[in-house]
Amino acid sequence: MAGIARSQNRYDAVVVGSGAGGGIAAFILATSGLRVLMLEAGRDYDPIRETPMFQLPKDAPLRGAATPEKPFGFYDATVDGGWQVPGEPYSVAEGSEFMWWRSRMLGGRTNHWGRISLRMGEYDFKPRSRDGLGFDWPMSYEDLAPYYDRTESLIGVYGSNEGLENTPNSSPGVLQPPPRPRAYELLTRKACRRLGIPVIPAHLAIMTQTQDADRLPGELFPGNELARRVTADSMRGRAACYWATPCGRGCSIRANFQSTTVLLPPALATGNLEIRTGAMVREVTVDSQGRATGVHYIDKATLIDEFASARVVVLAASACESARILLNSTGNLFPNGLANSSGLVGKYVMDTVGASVYSQIPALESLPPHNEDGASGMHMYMPWWLYGEQLAGRLDFPRGYHIEFGGGRRSAPGFGAFAGLEPLTGGSYGQRFKDDCRRYYGSFIGFDGRGEMIPNEDCYCEIDPDRVDSYGIPVLRFHWKWAEHELRQAVHMQQTFAGIVDEMGGQVLSTIHTDGAQAISKGGQIIHEVGGGIMGEDPRTSVLNEFCQSWDVPNLFVTDGAPFVSNADKNPTLSIMAIAWRASDYIVEQLRQRSI
Amino acid sequence: MSDERLKRVVKAASPGAAEAARPEDGPDRADNSISRRGALKVIAAGAALGAAASCAPEDAARSAESAHEALSGFEPLPPSNPLAAGTAADPDLLAPVVPWEMVLTDEEMRLVAALSDVIIPADERSPSASEVGVPDYVNEFVSAPAHTEQLTQLRGGLAWLNREARERFGAGDFPALTVEQQHEICDEIRFEPDAPAELKPHARFFDAFRDMISTGFWTTEEGMRDLGYVGNIPLPSFDGPPPEVLEQLGLSGEDLA
Repeated sequence: MAGIARSQNRYDAVVVGSGAGGGIAAFILATSGLRVLMLEAGRDYDPIRETPMFQLPKDAPLRGAATPEKPFGFYDATVDGGWQVPGEPYSVAEGSEFMWWRSRMLGGRTNHWGRISLRMGEYDFKPRSRDGLGFDWPMSYEDLAPYYDRTESLIGVYGSNEGLENTPNSSPGVLQPPPRPRAYELLTRKACRRLGIPVIPAHLAIMTQTQDADRLPGELFPGNELARRVTADSMRGRAACYWATPCGRGCSIRANFQSTTVLLPPALATGNLEIRTGAMVREVTVDSQGRATGVHYIDKATLIDEFASARVVVLAASACESARILLNSTGNLFPNGLANSSGLVGKYVMDTVGASVYSQIPALESLPPHNEDGASGMHMYMPWWLYGEQLAGRLDFPRGYHIEFGGGRRSAPGFGAFAGLEPLTGGSYGQRFKDDCRRYYGSFIGFDGRGEMIPNEDCYCEIDPDRVDSYGIPVLRFHWKWAEHELRQAVHMQQTFAGIVDEMGGQVLSTIHTDGAQAISKGGQIIHEVGGGIMGEDPRTSVLNEFCQSWDVPNLFVTDGAPFVSNADKNPTLSIMAIAWRASDYIVEQLRQRSI
Repeated sequence: MSDERLKRVVKAASPGAAEAARPEDGPDRADNSISRRGALKVIAAGAALGAAASCAPEDAARSAESAHEALSGFEPLPPSNPLAAGTAADPDLLAPVVPWEMVLTDEEMRLVAALSDVIIPADERSPSASEVGVPDYVNEFVSAPAHTEQLTQLRGGLAWLNREARERFGAGDFPALTVEQQHEICDEIRFEPDAPAELKPHARFFDAFRDMISTGFWTTEEGMRDLGYVGNIPLPSFDGPPPEVLEQLGLSGEDLA
């Protein structure tokens, strides 16, 4: 995909990272006529040629099992990535547990992500005003709403407008129709209705119909002929979902969103974007006036230290990697790292709270065969529904969670099929085991809570003074401690899921914990790490302003998850893109006005 | 409309001729760094011995082809991926290979086959585990460099089964027993919580073995057909559950709205 030969070393903008935040920045800047260089630490990657769409588990080593090198299974889109990247270690402070997922490939984590695209709501931007905890964002929902509309229109998101509290509607004509519910989703909804838990169409970045390439580009880019043309061409090359193959492998027909299928092709088509892969950025440089001048990166193929010069530097290397680059960019005037006069670079790292319950539902046993693959991801989900209870002080945790659930006959049987069935079967084997498998097939449902974490002083990353990676770059050390808010929320999640399972006449197969520390996921494990470069209204208490612009270095921006001030239960990717788009419009405007 | 869309979809899924290979860097794990060429050699050797691993490139290509049979008239996916480094962290996802050597002996494979069919015998709906190559999967699994403990557990379990066969029934080995005799032994270790203390290690072996056979069997074409897994095919629309499913679940009216 990275086809353009190296042509120069002076750009309008250098974008570090090619995922959600970097992809949007490069797309908006390049379609605005700016000369953009994108640096990606991983390899070139082309989902159209590389995605194993219909390959079955039987064709993969170990039937597609997860391995340390392919932690989400053999066919997962992530290559050269996972919880560990060879040659690129990180440290975890004693007493902390933290897992850091990285993708070293073009498109980053957008290649394998869950495609769950939920907007933050009005409460989510002003959480401190609402309950006194955490921080307010320097923008409101109304500020970002137009960018949510644009992002959803551009990438293609299915869902519905239900008008529920703090669960925003999209503007008319933005969302694509949601897919029909699967059998287990309908059965779960029936039980949840009796419990007063809403079950509504999920919002996923998967196209259920082709995009209107005649209408949308004009609405997205009035007055920008180049952007309209490349966007229309890109939209015409995307197919709608054909209801098969897991999205986590990526999508060769470009039906779901990945930076590599939706953002980078039209950005490259402008002729204004150059992509260099295998380019590991280590430092942002500044001149004597304190303006960013470019970045140093290591060409992984030659191990030569290279320099790229630009009028604007945009970091989108993932929240913690961007913090790492800033902390490693030191000078006489800024010994503690660039853009760090607040001392908050690397601070207030947040993940999503996770807890899960696995269950068996007798009503789903021995159903007539039918195809439940659908859109691969969930068709329905449960948004947080207890805002009133929380406000009235009737819950012992302050912030909400949504529920993701999956199971049934979705996807081909893979590694681990019917493993751990013994508690149900008494350890059957032979004809009885064969019959037991047939009976229980498709009758399992897993529930996953995804909850808001409030930023705290104990969760941060810093440079480990004792360790460098194989490129000689100092590595990060993570500190992590869940607060009671999160631990209690995790307990509530499990209890809620057990209640749903009970209402469905099923049995819980997981352990239900009363100790939140047992129920909760590890820091970083949900791969929603954000923060570390929070935005704000005051340079003393934030790293960036509301346009992701460094308070200290006016031509330096961070457009990944780092600017997040809070981490609502809404999965962050959609918001990263909307915020990055708003920041990118601002960059274009500032460059035109020659203010930066 | 739907036909036209399907055509368009299929066209997009068939990227045409693969471009020239470009060398790519990729880190590798020292403990698992068998080269691509070496891996292909292992596969070829396995095929020559008549014990081909289930993941030979030919199989993968065939599978891609059969997945696209529904789309006849269109090119299958290209057979391999020139961008992949071929390492454990960046394998060729389109033409997977098993990059390690198989370690079980012919004698061990005979025992594995016998026990496989005790776990999943043939019946009127589908073949037995050994008839669809599950012992080869067991070999692949316990031969993986990271699975040395599982290999030891397997060997220990098989040795115990043979010993029991000799001591209880005076047979040469476990495969020589009648099905009833085999069950008499397996009944003692089929469920770890019920197994006597001295047999718990063997019960854990049996549990792990059953998991291997289950994965190996239900992931085959025959196993998926038996279960009624009917997905992994492109559809012009997703229509939700059919009436007979809704009826069995007692879903109607308001439940569907």
